[in-house]
Amino acid sequence: MSQDIEKKEFNITIYTENQVGLLNRIAIIFTRRKINIDSLNTSPSEVDSIHRFNIVITESEEVVRKLTRQIEKQVEVLKVYYNTNEDIIWQELALYKVSTDVIAEKVSVERLLRENGARAVVIRKDYTVFETTGHREETDNLISILQPYGLIEFVRSARVAIIKNSEGFNTKLREFEQLQPGEEVMENEYLNKGQKVFTM
Amino acid sequence: MEVAQQEIETKPAQETVNITGSAAVLEALIAEGTDTIFGYPGGAIMPIYDALYDYNDRLNHILVRHEQGGIHAGQGYARTSGKVGVVFATSGPGATNLITGLADAQIDSTPLVCVTGQVFAHLLGTDAFQETDVINITTPVTKWNYQVTDANEIPEVMAKAFYIAKSGRPGPVLIDITKNAQIQLFDYKGYTPCNHIRSYRPKPIVRPQYIQEAADLINKAEKPFVLFGQGVLLGKAEAEFKAFVEKAGVPSAWTILGAGAIPTEHPLNVGMLGMHGNYGPNVLTNECDVLIAIGMRFDDRVTGRLDKYAKQAKVIHLDIDPAEIDKNVKSTVPVWGDCKETLPLLTALVEEKQHIEWLARFNDYTRQEVEAVIHNELNPTTDEMTMGEVLKELNALTNGDAVIVTDVGQHQMVACRYARFNQTRSNVTSGGLGTMGFALPAAIGAKYGAQDRTVVAIIGDGGFQMTCQELGTIMQSGVDVKIIILNNHFLGMVRQWQELFNQRRYSFVDIESPDFVALAAAYRIPGKSISERTDLQGALKEMLSTEGSFLLEVNVTKENNVFPMVPQGCSVSEIRLK
Ligand SMILES: Cc1ncc(C[n+]2csc(CCOP(=O)(O)OP(=O)(O)O)c2C)c(N)n1
Repeated sequence: MSQDIEKKEFNITIYTENQVGLLNRIAIIFTRRKINIDSLNTSPSEVDSIHRFNIVITESEEVVRKLTRQIEKQVEVLKVYYNTNEDIIWQELALYKVSTDVIAEKVSVERLLRENGARAVVIRKDYTVFETTGHREETDNLISILQPYGLIEFVRSARVAIIKNSEGFNTKLREFEQLQPGEEVMENEYLNKGQKVFTM
Repeated sequence: MEVAQQEIETKPAQETVNITGSAAVLEALIAEGTDTIFGYPGGAIMPIYDALYDYNDRLNHILVRHEQGGIHAGQGYARTSGKVGVVFATSGPGATNLITGLADAQIDSTPLVCVTGQVFAHLLGTDAFQETDVINITTPVTKWNYQVTDANEIPEVMAKAFYIAKSGRPGPVLIDITKNAQIQLFDYKGYTPCNHIRSYRPKPIVRPQYIQEAADLINKAEKPFVLFGQGVLLGKAEAEFKAFVEKAGVPSAWTILGAGAIPTEHPLNVGMLGMHGNYGPNVLTNECDVLIAIGMRFDDRVTGRLDKYAKQAKVIHLDIDPAEIDKNVKSTVPVWGDCKETLPLLTALVEEKQHIEWLARFNDYTRQEVEAVIHNELNPTTDEMTMGEVLKELNALTNGDAVIVTDVGQHQMVACRYARFNQTRSNVTSGGLGTMGFALPAAIGAKYGAQDRTVVAIIGDGGFQMTCQELGTIMQSGVDVKIIILNNHFLGMVRQWQELFNQRRYSFVDIESPDFVALAAAYRIPGKSISERTDLQGALKEMLSTEGSFLLEVNVTKENNVFPMVPQGCSVSEIRLK
């Protein structure tokens, strides 16, 4: 089958109930299709009892759209969006632990901090911890600078992202909550916008 | 317990009564209209069984012989009754024995609520006796599942379970209840059914614009073709469906789970789709100009090679599950929604038509298929009987009014192809999972779901031996199930593939069987075994007129093949007649 499928990074944003076991339900949707999750962040959202997932995968849009529909099908999922990197503002947080002695002796710390937008979070006798936030290239950059001076430990967070183009989920959620329990169904206007911001 | 039960009935609403978690489970079942439970007890679900002792007058419990049998019975019940099937099992091995049935129900969208016992909450995660992580094991094969560790949660969770199982696209739900929660006394405030969950949208809103677009396409079509699936039955939209196809005059073909949604003899019913479906519907899929898929999901057994599937056609897809739209076949017009609502809207907009020439094309192909396959299958000239002629005889005697429950294999394809269905909810089979061992227990459940109908299970010699212990359930419950074993002394369907695609290398498909009639007799079920055509009609009559269950073994030709066939990996138009 000759199908030119262009894979690229997609950010999937999921709003869910705060429910035990849901992470597993969502993860299974990816593992079933043997899709690797590049980055996964989950945390409480601005709305009480609602969690927000941010998942990054590299796939074709076709596959991503199908995945988002499967995810949105889960009972405890309120809403799913998918976006390309151009559609979002995103950050990763990185922490670097280096020997205070070495760093004080051999590096111009001031320059280092300024040029890399970093800041010192902790300064102890034995080590110092720096922090940067940014895209992968930016946080990678500081690793290569610090590596020669004996980087003791490094950690990077999952990606957090905010969608440029959406009005945000907050208002939507308020609407959800206002809906009275009832026979008739509501919502779903998004099915029309399938190509852009997907959600059910 | 007795006391608590009376209090529940007499106390006015709002006031609370102190009852156990177990009693709350049973109260929920009664409130949801459950009449029959299929189950098997064990240590971790004993409190619920203890409570059941007092509810015996209101809840009928059928003791199965294996939990797999229990869940297949629940499925059979759900499929014929249109209600939610209820199954009980204990923790550990009891729960893991449900997995096959859950997977089957999940893929075939069967509404079930399974309640499993679980070890005490303080033992969770300690590898306690008969502890398994049921929630994680069942996650991929349930629509929803939940573990209860506190009795206070039970009324609400049960209400959610039923709502989720039956609403939108139905499916199996599993509720795992720790033993402490079953025993725990709590203040019960009565049962409130659920009809809303904040995060759950059971069905999409119907969009008039898509209905209009769909109607325009249908009105312009010269060669429209309807493919219908179980969605029509699940949506209880048989009448709406019939009105639609009759007004638009569109030839309609069915997936095996859609069988019976309109009668077999209906002039617009042009047959079965898929790998062993009819010739015309398969070939003409690649010729129609507008394909109208209703409540079906373009399974690969239906589509064959996707890149060569109906490429010429504009596709209208009606489905309640948004995830099904564009999943396998890209639609031109997606009609999201419950077909019970969307079909009447569509019917109102379509023009009254008769596609006489187009319909004749289907009949042409039927003629070819009758000549090449069907005639020989139904009227064989050899001494040995075919599966098809058993079905033909059965149709004649039941008038197409029986519920036919099939297992998996050649007999399943033959039964689905040749059985006549005059009524809806008449075909119970394992479609998506293809589970051998399904039919015998499913037939038990099917009879409980449709007590006034004749239920005939048609099973292969292989599949029968997977769950034949359920003869014990039949014996004990006295349920009336007619069992036909079509014995070809082979795992027939696998043998067919080996013959056609593996140069007759018959690797482990030759299966020996016990004396089935003696086995039935051991369970006090009458039976008969026949090998001669002259005995067929008499034996079927005897089976149908016997009060209660009956097992009929029909020894059929050993090496017969089911044709037509779309070989795996081929396009539907490459369907072979031999
Ligand atoms: C649980 C299970 N195991 C294996 C299979 C694979 N399988 C499909 S059809 C078939 C042969 C069935 O033989 P039998 O029950 O004798 O029916 P027949 O095809 O002869 O009518 C097998 C083994 C299956 N579908 N289900």
